[in-house]
Amino acid sequence: MSDAANPPVDDVANEGNDDALGAFASGVETTEQFPLQVEGLRKSFGGITAVDGASFEVEAGTLTGLIGPNGAGKSTTFNLITGMLKPDSGTVTFNGEDITGLEPHEIANRGMVRTFQIARELSDMTVLENMMLAPKQQRGEKLWRSVAPVVRDDVREQEEELLERVWEVLDFFDIDHIAHEYAGNLSGGQRKLLEMARALLTDPDMLLLDEPFAGVNPTLEKKLLTHIHELREQGYTFLLVEHDMDLIMNNCEHVIVLHQGKVLTEGTPDDIRSNEDVIEAYLGGNV
Amino acid sequence: MSVRDDIAARIPGGDAGLIVLILASAYLLYILAGIGLGYDLRGQLNSIATLTFYIGIFAMLSLALNLHWGYTGLFNIGIVGFMAVGVYVMALVSKPVFVAGGAAQVGGLGLPLWVGIIAGMLAAAILGLVVALPALRLRADYLAIVTIAMSEIVRFSFLSGNLQEFNLFGTKVGFGGGSGLILDFVPPLEALFRSVGLWGVYLGFVEAFQAIVPRNPKPVVDGLIYGALLLGFVAVYFWLLKRTGESPFGRVLKAIREDEDVANALGKNTDGFKIKSFMLGCALMGLAGILWLMPQGAVTPNFFRPRVTFFVWIALIIGGAGSNTGSVLGGAVFAAVLYQGPRYFQNLVGTVFPNLDSPSGFGQAISPLISQFDPVPLLLYTVDSIRQLQLVVMGLVLIWLMHNRPEGLLGHRKETASVISLDRPKSMTAADGGTDGEVRTDGGVTEDDSTAAVEGGASDE
Ligand SMILES: Nc1ncnc2c1ncn2[C@@H]1O[C@H](COP(=O)(O)OP(=O)(O)OP(=O)(O)O)[C@@H](O)[C@H]1O
Ligand SMILES: [Mg+2]
Repeated sequence: MSDAANPPVDDVANEGNDDALGAFASGVETTEQFPLQVEGLRKSFGGITAVDGASFEVEAGTLTGLIGPNGAGKSTTFNLITGMLKPDSGTVTFNGEDITGLEPHEIANRGMVRTFQIARELSDMTVLENMMLAPKQQRGEKLWRSVAPVVRDDVREQEEELLERVWEVLDFFDIDHIAHEYAGNLSGGQRKLLEMARALLTDPDMLLLDEPFAGVNPTLEKKLLTHIHELREQGYTFLLVEHDMDLIMNNCEHVIVLHQGKVLTEGTPDDIRSNEDVIEAYLGGNV
Repeated sequence: MSVRDDIAARIPGGDAGLIVLILASAYLLYILAGIGLGYDLRGQLNSIATLTFYIGIFAMLSLALNLHWGYTGLFNIGIVGFMAVGVYVMALVSKPVFVAGGAAQVGGLGLPLWVGIIAGMLAAAILGLVVALPALRLRADYLAIVTIAMSEIVRFSFLSGNLQEFNLFGTKVGFGGGSGLILDFVPPLEALFRSVGLWGVYLGFVEAFQAIVPRNPKPVVDGLIYGALLLGFVAVYFWLLKRTGESPFGRVLKAIREDEDVANALGKNTDGFKIKSFMLGCALMGLAGILWLMPQGAVTPNFFRPRVTFFVWIALIIGGAGSNTGSVLGGAVFAAVLYQGPRYFQNLVGTVFPNLDSPSGFGQAISPLISQFDPVPLLLYTVDSIRQLQLVVMGLVLIWLMHNRPEGLLGHRKETASVISLDRPKSMTAADGGTDGEVRTDGGVTEDDSTAAVEGGASDE
């Protein structure tokens, strides 16, 4: 469990945005150079082949961009990787383990967590409840521990620790002022933030972010990107779907271009910028 | 803020105040009705005991259903099946061993009552598991179909001649088929008081009660004490389910109700949580069934018709799914007004107007209205058949509720799913937006002081 491993978070006096780091981070155990390897992934829905033999790898400690036109199969790829959909064929390897066909919760517990393109807040739960849900393997998730008199004190203790982390993250994401609000009452951008904050609270090794900045204001977007870079330097790995080309080009070390369910090309932002195929398929020739 | 908030807000003590108020008015109404009916003290006490009995039973059932539906979003419409299995297994285990020539057609295993109760609850939970395993992996509506089918299968199984009697551990046991089972074990109160060595004390108390009810006070005292016992069970259910809901476990259940995929994507084994929640609720339904029928002396399969399931649903909807307090309230209101109420109303009308003779058929009731615009015969006929019309009345109440108060009396009170209050810990000061400027998310709702917002308070939109 991560909270035990957390370095004590700096206290009240030091307020800026750095203190939230301690709230998510517990170090990454990855030793693989490529924690995520996708091989020949294929998925069709009726007549549409959404993902058509995509293969790529994501290097540890990078912020890798996954781009492509609408309907290229990016979200479907995320669904296949995280177990929300079962691939027709192909394999997904995470930290050296074949995770193809595992249940989403099994994959999440191995340290790979995703956010959804259309934010899926738990509307009838408050922002705080949404956030408190996320941390993995909470003691009180065992029914008897939550009910039985003496052991419930252990649960309470852990809840208190979690609550501090949660409030730090809320502060960081600037959603502390809506902490008691029902998530269903949030604005579109706030939902996106909640979703990302919630995913980070599971303390993953790798995060798959599906258009996390859509609808988030530019200042906060910058702050979040800074934070992502900080986490990346600690060894966390990010795979980011995003349509904003400038954002991708300025922030990613590596970019994968998906087109009609296949990997069209991949490389550094500069490679991508100068690639004729990409320009034709995606950038519309005006870069 | 909705109108509903105001109702509870205007009553001192909030939810607790509302519960006390509603219970007090229910009892008062029944006492007044008793006076109207000319009950003596004995009659009044019996009427109070019966009211308490049904309040207890429906509060328990509605609490158990709230765990399924209100917390986890599991659409169980086979409640009565779990009750039936609980009662029948309890009877099988605790009925005395068969003796030829005795009153009972079949015997049981002759084990103590508490063993039977635990066995009945376990059986209900296991039946829940068997039903849940295939159905929970499918979408919500499949569980509904499976559970209601199950409850009818259970009823027909107990009706069937094949299970009427069979041999178990060398003794003749069985479920009695259509003619039912005589519950010829030690009466529950006697078993309870004997087991704690207080039976003599209890009998002494009954003796003393003769001062109030001179003739044969035991049935009156039994009824009152059993009712009180049931309220004790309601308290235990409430405590158990409150702790279940206000915990990380309950948080996951709530998340499953909201969006199962999200809970799963955050690493929660949702199937496991659903099964646990379902089994716990089923065991509690089994126990409620046992407590309902244990003092009745006999049980027949046709008691367990699906209508009982819908009674429980109505109770939960009245109180408000999602709230334990609401469930208790809904159970009480249902028992007092919809379940017991019509009978009292009919008796009252009969007492106040003793010489009314109502038409004997619908034709005679309706024809004066059509021919002479005289509605009285129809009214009389309606009052006369109010018990048969009970289901119609319940349907109307449901429709009214759905239109005007879909969240029930207290449904808006969503109890926070955590062990502790989720306010900012005192050790942390409120952030003022950080050092890098006042970054507020788009569409920011309020100013900084909103951290003081009341929990559960919806924003004014
Ligand atoms: N559940 C589904 N059923 C049927 N078709 C689907 C389903 N999910 C995706 N598709 C189809 O698969 C294709 C790829 O969709 P996907 O959502 O992966 O695209 P995307 O790259 O994420 O696009 P965008 O940038 O617009 O989010 C689309 O043609 C879509 O219609
Ligand atoms: Mg997409």
